[in-house]
Amino acid sequence: MLAEILQSLPQVLVDGIALGAIYAVIALGYTMVYGILELINFAHGEIFMTGAFIGVAMLILMTGMGWLAAMPAILALILVLVVTSILTGFMGVGIERMAYRPLRNSPKLITLISAIGVSFLLQDLVRFITEYKRGNYILTGPSMFNEQFSIKFSSISSSFSDAFFKTSTLILIIAVVIMMIGLDFFVNKTKWGMAMRAVAQDRETASLMSINVNKVISLTFFIGSALGGATGVLFAVQYGTIDPYIGFILGLKAFTAAVLGGIGNIRGAMAGGLMLGILEMFAAANLQLLTGGIFGAEYKDVFAFAILIVVLIFKPEGLFGKAVTEKV
Amino acid sequence: MGIKRGLKVLAVSALSLGLLAGCNSSGGSEGSNGGGGSGKVIKIATQTPLSGGSATLGESIKLGAQLALEENKKKFEDLGYKLQLQPYDDQADPKKGVANAQLIGSDKSILGVVGHLNSGVSIPSSEVYEKYKVPMVSPANTATEVTDRGLKTVNRIVARDDFQGPAGADFAINKLGAKKIFVIQDKTAYGTGLADAFKKAAEEAGAEILGYEGITVGEKDFNGVLTQVLSKKPDLVFFGGLYTEGGQLIRQARDKGIKIPFMGGDGMDSSTLVEIAGDAVENVYYTSVAADASKSTEGKDFSSKYKEKFNKNVESYSAYGYDSMSVLLKGLEAAIEGSDGDLPAREKVAEEIRKIQDFQGVVTKVGFDDIGDNKFAKVYIYKFSEAKYPGVQEGEISK
Repeated sequence: MLAEILQSLPQVLVDGIALGAIYAVIALGYTMVYGILELINFAHGEIFMTGAFIGVAMLILMTGMGWLAAMPAILALILVLVVTSILTGFMGVGIERMAYRPLRNSPKLITLISAIGVSFLLQDLVRFITEYKRGNYILTGPSMFNEQFSIKFSSISSSFSDAFFKTSTLILIIAVVIMMIGLDFFVNKTKWGMAMRAVAQDRETASLMSINVNKVISLTFFIGSALGGATGVLFAVQYGTIDPYIGFILGLKAFTAAVLGGIGNIRGAMAGGLMLGILEMFAAANLQLLTGGIFGAEYKDVFAFAILIVVLIFKPEGLFGKAVTEKV
Repeated sequence: MGIKRGLKVLAVSALSLGLLAGCNSSGGSEGSNGGGGSGKVIKIATQTPLSGGSATLGESIKLGAQLALEENKKKFEDLGYKLQLQPYDDQADPKKGVANAQLIGSDKSILGVVGHLNSGVSIPSSEVYEKYKVPMVSPANTATEVTDRGLKTVNRIVARDDFQGPAGADFAINKLGAKKIFVIQDKTAYGTGLADAFKKAAEEAGAEILGYEGITVGEKDFNGVLTQVLSKKPDLVFFGGLYTEGGQLIRQARDKGIKIPFMGGDGMDSSTLVEIAGDAVENVYYTSVAADASKSTEGKDFSSKYKEKFNKNVESYSAYGYDSMSVLLKGLEAAIEGSDGDLPAREKVAEEIRKIQDFQGVVTKVGFDDIGDNKFAKVYIYKFSEAKYPGVQEGEISK
């Protein structure tokens, strides 16, 4: 049994890291907003989805005009990533301004409901537009970065088999790492990052220290949504096909990852996302072996979430979270 | 401000759309009430999705039925009746289907229904038809429950779901020579049912099932399950599920270097599958209850007639809409002959339809058994050899 698990381990790791990287960046969006507003922004999964649609629409448009063939694919991708993240960033700011700011002083539950409302609105808006334009809401982008290659794990030790992946997986992982390092640097080393941390710690005191709280909150939404939108594009390139409902399950899992890592903690969200992705992939590939055929791959979520429950029982604040005493 | 105004415009347009839709449906029911008065008009309803995601298929069934009805108009005028088509839009929604069924039931001049596209809509709607004794001939419903309830009014001309799996297994083992098979299903009633039926038939035929795994609908990453496929090295993967997940699965499998044939049920019979999977769709087989009309001369004639009349290409179920209507009208004709010129009772029409034993349609021969299944229904195997929809018909399996 162990030999078989070991055999498929390289492939599981590669796939798990790719999926986990996506969870991690989306989890960042949840965790940043929660850290600052103590609001679970359920619309974040839909921002990710909208980003994917904007990205694919741009790629299709560029293919139609022949630009995609004219410029190097990687340049086109960077262009699309930048434009999409700016658009979704502003979208996030707009959502905060319209749906959350008027409710900032009402009970947390009201804002939560508002977030769920925004998420439904975005889902159906995107579905409507896509269906209107294309006659079908399932959208398939131009295929890019499809070159396959394998890492020869088998040459290290014969108990491993080779791991196959595509260029897009590599690009996805590199882009996510850049985004994470950039964000970590921004939050911990810059003046605006310091302002963000201050607002997260205590909004009123921060405003007394001449920090423009509204601006900082807008900025948080901008960054979170921009990262989410960019991940959407990477997701679309990696998996090829998107529909308006991809944000729901992914958002839910990313939120779980944020909780696993300790909600409000940026590094925790990264670790939580990666961990959830790898666990899920491991369970899907090996659960049948581990349980002797009683549970199949369909129970992978049960497995991953059971681990989440265990972690939260022993460490309720999450892996990287700090226990916070309730502000009075 | 700009965004707010945009929202207002959106709200207003949404409202006015709603109003328009309201106008439409009320217009439709007025029409049906108006026609109800005259005794010599016989209406045949169609109920298919004419709007929404499966509108193309629903529309094609309606047009096929319309063609058959118009060709028979003359004959019925000689018998003293004026035939009329009464299309309803079930929106692929069981609630809407049942509501329409109530309208159909209460309109006394409607003597039969051709429909539906979706089994899920057909099952509750046919309960209403049974209550009002309106005979139904379905061009496309494959769920076993449609006829297994033993309703007197319900008939279908296509094969049953529980025959698709065995037919697929038969083809996979005898024609493709598969011995080790990996089965994946999507945990829905359709997917599990299909996969179970396939698995059972394949095991009986002597194939080894290397794995039976489930995936979650709505997810996009199936690499975990595929890693299992990769390490177990089967010679065929059977997928019980729909094209969205199927397309992703095939694409990701090919990315992993899994080149073996994939096979699926009619849930894979969609151009979107080709769109999603792209070139990876090569070497994928699917079973379908719909025959390729262009394979037979009658079918070709039908296609050109259809194209000429509606300026549209035939879809997979167009000819089945046509045949359903023809069967229905044949039953109706027999009922009229038996009723000495009076408008025949609905029960009588239903009885006559059930009695039909050897009707040669454009794509299928029709003969109903005692629960309304077509004895001559076949399952067809299609193959994608390139990224082009539809696939090529490779074989047909009859009971």
